[in-house]
Amino acid sequence: MKISNLWFSYDNKTVFEDFFLETGEGITCLMGASGRGKTTLLKLVGGLLKPDKGTIDNGGKTVSFMFQEDRLLPWLTVRENILLVTDKARETDELLQELEVDGNLKISELSGGMARRVALARCLLYDRDMLLMDEPFKGMDSKLIEKVAQIIIRQNKTALITTHSLEEAKALDAEVVTL
Amino acid sequence: MTSIRQNKTLKKVLSRAFWLLLWQLAAGKVGKELILPSPFVVVRALFNLAVTGKFWINTAVTIVRVLTGYCLGVILAVLLAIMTCSSELLDALISPVIRIVRATPVASFIILALLWMGKDNVPILMSTLMVIPVVWENITAQYQATDVNLLEMAQAYKLSKWKKFRYIYVPSAFPGFLAGCMSAMGLAWKSGIAAEVLSQPKIAMGSNLYYSKLYLETPDLFAWTAVVVILSMCIERLIKYLLFRGVRNEDK
Repeated sequence: MKISNLWFSYDNKTVFEDFFLETGEGITCLMGASGRGKTTLLKLVGGLLKPDKGTIDNGGKTVSFMFQEDRLLPWLTVRENILLVTDKARETDELLQELEVDGNLKISELSGGMARRVALARCLLYDRDMLLMDEPFKGMDSKLIEKVAQIIIRQNKTALITTHSLEEAKALDAEVVTL
Repeated sequence: MTSIRQNKTLKKVLSRAFWLLLWQLAAGKVGKELILPSPFVVVRALFNLAVTGKFWINTAVTIVRVLTGYCLGVILAVLLAIMTCSSELLDALISPVIRIVRATPVASFIILALLWMGKDNVPILMSTLMVIPVVWENITAQYQATDVNLLEMAQAYKLSKWKKFRYIYVPSAFPGFLAGCMSAMGLAWKSGIAAEVLSQPKIAMGSNLYYSKLYLETPDLFAWTAVVVILSMCIERLIKYLLFRGVRNEDK
């Protein structure tokens, strides 16, 4: 993926000013203090925001998004939330089992960590070329981080992942870019 | 828990007893049944009415009229809400009309409706007209407050328009729909009765209210009013029960 000469501002606040970034295939972790534009960069790459100036070339890859907030529909069950974006019922059940989440639970019945795993499952099962994940490990303990990192690695996809922790980047065996 | 419930019940009983006692004292002080009948006189009048077939027929016809108007109002409000929420042009066309309907006194509509249609249908139309703005406004307000994060998620996952409507907008607007339905019931009932009083259909509770006033049968006037209030409360509870039972079944 290649980002060239990127300019972007929110409400007169400049976030990116002539920004360049080049990443290879595989997993790249974006690190940096809060407010440096990690989430904004993911949204720009995902097409949810349009740059003021500059180009973002991800090689024509389609993207799947995992937001910083889980953004699950509280009136649906875990399984229904995932099947809203994919028709892979069998894979959904298998992945949920691996992530140790009961697919029949309502979202309101989930703990923070469980909801995060559901958002992760939704992102992975929405079969796209590239994963854009905003703090996917939020609310998870180190054992779970290891497990989830392995699941992400197993996808064998290009991924751009924001994190505040070097440990998480190591678990993902990722290239690290600091903003 | 039981003691809290007992306390609540006791408070309710005491509050009702207080107002009944005050009414009795005021009636005793006035001393004229024609101006203010006592609770006992009203209960007797109510009993005398209740043993006649006419009472039950009038009551049933009014209930059917109000419920018909209410259901029509809810259906139309939902359709109008869908239209105004889905198109800015339709919103610009429809919203001002609904706001005018909401601001217009019900008496003006009743008089106009009497010029246009048979008096039996005026109460139905009035209930419908009073229900539409309340339900419509509640739905549209909730629709506009739909979580932008969920809408962005829908954009990211390229959800179809139908899925967005069915799984995001409808559940988001549903609490507004419920609240609108609840508060509209009382309005439908009051406007329906007011329309019956002014249009005086042959069989109607409102007509009986009017005749009681005309022939100075004040205890009957109070008795009919009591029936209106009791029925309004009962129907409101029934609607609440039905709506929330529907929600619970949906949740299962």
